[in-house]
Amino acid sequence: MEKKLKMASKNLNFYYGDFKALHDVHLDFYENEVTALIGPSGCGKSTFLRCLNRMNDLIPISRVEGEILLDGANIYAPSVDVVNLRSRIGMVFQKPNPFPKTIFENVAYGLRVNGNRDRAYLAHRVEESLKRAALWEEVKDRLNDSALGLSGGQQQRLCIARALAVEPEVLLMDEPASALDPIATQKIEELIHQLKENYTIIIVTHNMQQAARVSDITAFFYIGKLIEIGETDALFTRPRLKQTEEYITGRFG
Amino acid sequence: MNSSRVETMDDFVSLKSKKEKGFFDNSGPESSRSRLARRKFFQKLLFIMFRIAAGLNGVVLLIIVYYLVSNGWRAINWTFLTQAPMDSMTKGGILPCIVGTFLLGVGALVVAFPIGVASAIYINEYARPGKVLRIVRLGISNLAGVPSVVFGLFGLAFFVIYLEMGVSLLAGALTLGAMSLPVIIGSSEEALKAVPNTYREASLGLGATKWQTIWRVVLPSALPGILTGGILGLSRAAGETAPIMFTAAVFFTPRLPKSVFDEVMALPYHIYVLATAGTEIEATRHLQYGTALVLIVMVLGLNLVAIIWRSRLRRKMK
Repeated sequence: MEKKLKMASKNLNFYYGDFKALHDVHLDFYENEVTALIGPSGCGKSTFLRCLNRMNDLIPISRVEGEILLDGANIYAPSVDVVNLRSRIGMVFQKPNPFPKTIFENVAYGLRVNGNRDRAYLAHRVEESLKRAALWEEVKDRLNDSALGLSGGQQQRLCIARALAVEPEVLLMDEPASALDPIATQKIEELIHQLKENYTIIIVTHNMQQAARVSDITAFFYIGKLIEIGETDALFTRPRLKQTEEYITGRFG
Repeated sequence: MNSSRVETMDDFVSLKSKKEKGFFDNSGPESSRSRLARRKFFQKLLFIMFRIAAGLNGVVLLIIVYYLVSNGWRAINWTFLTQAPMDSMTKGGILPCIVGTFLLGVGALVVAFPIGVASAIYINEYARPGKVLRIVRLGISNLAGVPSVVFGLFGLAFFVIYLEMGVSLLAGALTLGAMSLPVIIGSSEEALKAVPNTYREASLGLGATKWQTIWRVVLPSALPGILTGGILGLSRAAGETAPIMFTAAVFFTPRLPKSVFDEVMALPYHIYVLATAGTEIEATRHLQYGTALVLIVMVLGLNLVAIIWRSRLRRKMK
C-alpha cells in the first residue's frame, strides 16, 4: 500500500524572542501512522507539536520561519484561517483538561462552537465519539454529571473523545499518559492503536517503552534539532547515531 | 540504631554526625534540645500573634455592629422604614433614603459592571503587552487612588454641569460607577487570571474562536469571582457620601424619584446631614444611629448575598 503524506514541516525554525527553540526541522507525517516524538526535556518536541496546530500563536513573543504543510498547503500562509485549521487538527494535552461542564457538554463543545444545535445530532455524535474513545460504557448512565468527577484516566479519554467529536484529520497528543497510572496508560495506548485506522497521530512522549509500543515512526529531538528519524523498530534496535543510542538506552536525558 | 547499615565512608560520617546532633534519639547534647524548644516556642508565639491579628477583624466588626444596634434599634420601626422624614427630619422615617441609596447602588453597578468586566476581558484576554496596555493599567491604578471627594467634584463638573444632567440619580450613579470601576476591573481581572490556561488551549484546540472561548469557557469559570467583585463594588459605592453629595443627594425631599433625572435622598448623606447640619443634632441621635444601622445592614446583606451566590456557583461547577 502506498503511504500518503498528510503533514510535513519544511525548514521549520521557531523562536521564543531571541531564543531559537527549533532549528531547521524537516519531518513528514503519513496517514494512518503514529509518529512518536522523543527526546529529553527542553529539546523542542512539545514546541514542535504546538507548531503543528499553531497553538504557539498564543505566545506573543514567538516567531515561526519555514513551512508546515497540511495536504500540501502551508498552514502558516496568511490566507489560512487558524480556527478552521484547529478543527482539522485535534489536540490532547499533557494533563487531562476537561471543562467544568457535564460529560455530554464536554464532548459536544467542539460541535456547538461550530454552530450545531440539533439535540439529536449532538447526542448521536457524542455517543459515537465516546465509543471511539472507549469511554461510552463507563459514562453512558451519567452523561449529565460533571466531567470533573471522572478519574484521571477517564478524563483523558474524555478529552480524546472531545477532540474526536470534531472529526479532525490529525490528532496531536502531548504526553497524553504522563499524568496517568499504568492501567489508564495502557487503555490510552490501546486507544491510540485503534485510532490510527482513521487518523494521523503525532504523539510526544517521555516514555521510551511507550514510543516503542504505540508508534510506527519515531523522531528523536535534541536541543531543538531533529537528530534521527526512522521506523520505530529500527530506531530502537539499530539507531544510526550515537546520541540516539545513548538517549534510548538511558545514558542521558 | 544497630540495624543502620554503614556501607561507605560517607554513610558512616553522616550517621556519626546525625548521632552527634541527637537526630535519631532524644538523648543528644543539651544545647540542641533546648534550641529545638526555643524554635518551637518562637513558632508558637508567632502563630498566636497571627491568630490575634486575624481575630481583630471580626472583633472590630462586632464592636461596630453592637454599638449601632444598641444605640439605633429603638429608632427602627415600621414607620421609620416606610415613611419620609417629617418635622425638619426630627420625626418620621427614612424611606426616601433607602430607596435613593438602593437606586444609586444599582445604577452604579449597571454603569460600572459591563464596562469593568469588558475592560478586564480586554486587559487579560486580548491586549498584547506594550505601551497601550501599560497606559491603561496606569490609568486604572491611579483611578483607584483618587479620593472619593475628587470623584464628587468631577461628577459635579462633568455630569451635573457640563452634560447638564443636574443634581440627579443619573449623575450620582455615573459618578459612583466611575469610582467603582477600578474595584470591579481589579476583581474581574483576578477572576480571569485564575482560570487555568489549559481551558483556553483546549477550547481553541477544538476550533473555537477566541470570543467563543471567552464566552463559553473563561467567563463561566470566572463568573463567581466577577460577581463577587461587582457586589463588593456596589456595597462600597452604596456607603459613599462624598461622590453623591454634589451630584445626586439632596438635604431633603419627601418625593421618591420618578425618573433618572430626579434628585434623591441617600442613607450616608442623610446621616451626615443629621449629625452635622440638622436643626436638632442631639435630639436626632437615635435617628442617626438607626439610619446607620439600616445602611450597614444593607451593605452586609449585599455582601452576604455575594458570598452565598459565589458558593452556589462554585458548587454547581464541581
